[in-house]
Amino acid sequence: MSEDIKARRRWMGLLARSSHNAIRARLNDAPPLPPHSRLRGPETGLVMLRGRAGGDGSAFNLSEMTVTRCAVTLEDGTVGHAYVAGRDRQQAELAAVLDAALQNAALRPALMGAVVEPLAAQEAEHRAREARKAAATRVQFFTMANMR
Amino acid sequence: MRPGFTDPVQDAQSCFRAVLEAMSRPGRVQVLPDGLNPPAALHPATAAVLLTLADAETPLHHDAGAEADSWLRFHCGCPLASPADAAFVLAAGQPPAISALAQGSDEEPERGATLILQVSALETGHGWRLTGPGIAQEHRLWVEGLPPGFVAEWRAQRACFPRGVDVILCAGHRIAALPRGIRIEEG
Repeated sequence: MSEDIKARRRWMGLLARSSHNAIRARLNDAPPLPPHSRLRGPETGLVMLRGRAGGDGSAFNLSEMTVTRCAVTLEDGTVGHAYVAGRDRQQAELAAVLDAALQNAALRPALMGAVVEPLAAQEAEHRAREARKAAATRVQFFTMANMR
Repeated sequence: MRPGFTDPVQDAQSCFRAVLEAMSRPGRVQVLPDGLNPPAALHPATAAVLLTLADAETPLHHDAGAEADSWLRFHCGCPLASPADAAFVLAAGQPPAISALAQGSDEEPERGATLILQVSALETGHGWRLTGPGIAQEHRLWVEGLPPGFVAEWRAQRACFPRGVDVILCAGHRIAALPRGIRIEEG
């Protein structure tokens, strides 16, 4: 996979896991977003999640999940996409606009610094906090097998 | 990339109603509302009909070029297929022979393809005399921009009825339909 696709996958994931308010708050320090028009949505629907039973089972339908998606285009023709869990249409549209803007090499450094990296730091901090909380309640079980 | 319908649900429903009217009253021209800005190769009516009818379960064949290709695949989400396998065939230029398209079978005639023909003008009141189901006496339809052999091909497919191909004619914002049971007389 090329570096571009890896980077885009990372920022799309961060924007999707964040929230509308968190992204909006970061945008205060960022350059203004370019004007856009909607190609599709934002619209909410269901996505089938597929799972695999054991290591050798074939895929089965695990459950359905509510997803909101949006596609926008900028004036230069760049298309941005967003798929966001839940029903937040504003977040989906904002994430799609940011995805389009981040593909523009001139806008990318400023937006990465102002929006994407702070969101990544926030997410990493949240994960570390949750991991610490979980670790504090860890119980060691001793059995005959590992006491020997 | 250009946007599709402004209001996907309402616009697709009103376009579906127009296609239904056109199919049930062959040769009557239906006028679709304004408001769609499709790629240059597609007329607004052609684009609206495809947005309404084509989806992930209907293979499409078209000859409308690269811009229309990406637009159709994005907004309709339809797979592309060869003319013989396609459920919908869009002909913006020279149409394929009717006999080369999916005809369905005697048990499942609904599997016959629908040919969406983009023509330069559609007018009622003169031109072809159409008779058949859905027409009380006769309807007159004048179509500009069809290849010369079309009427002969149309007559040839009547021998295979109920197998065959239905045609939707699109010009600008206007559509008319020719279900496979219709007889066309020139004059």
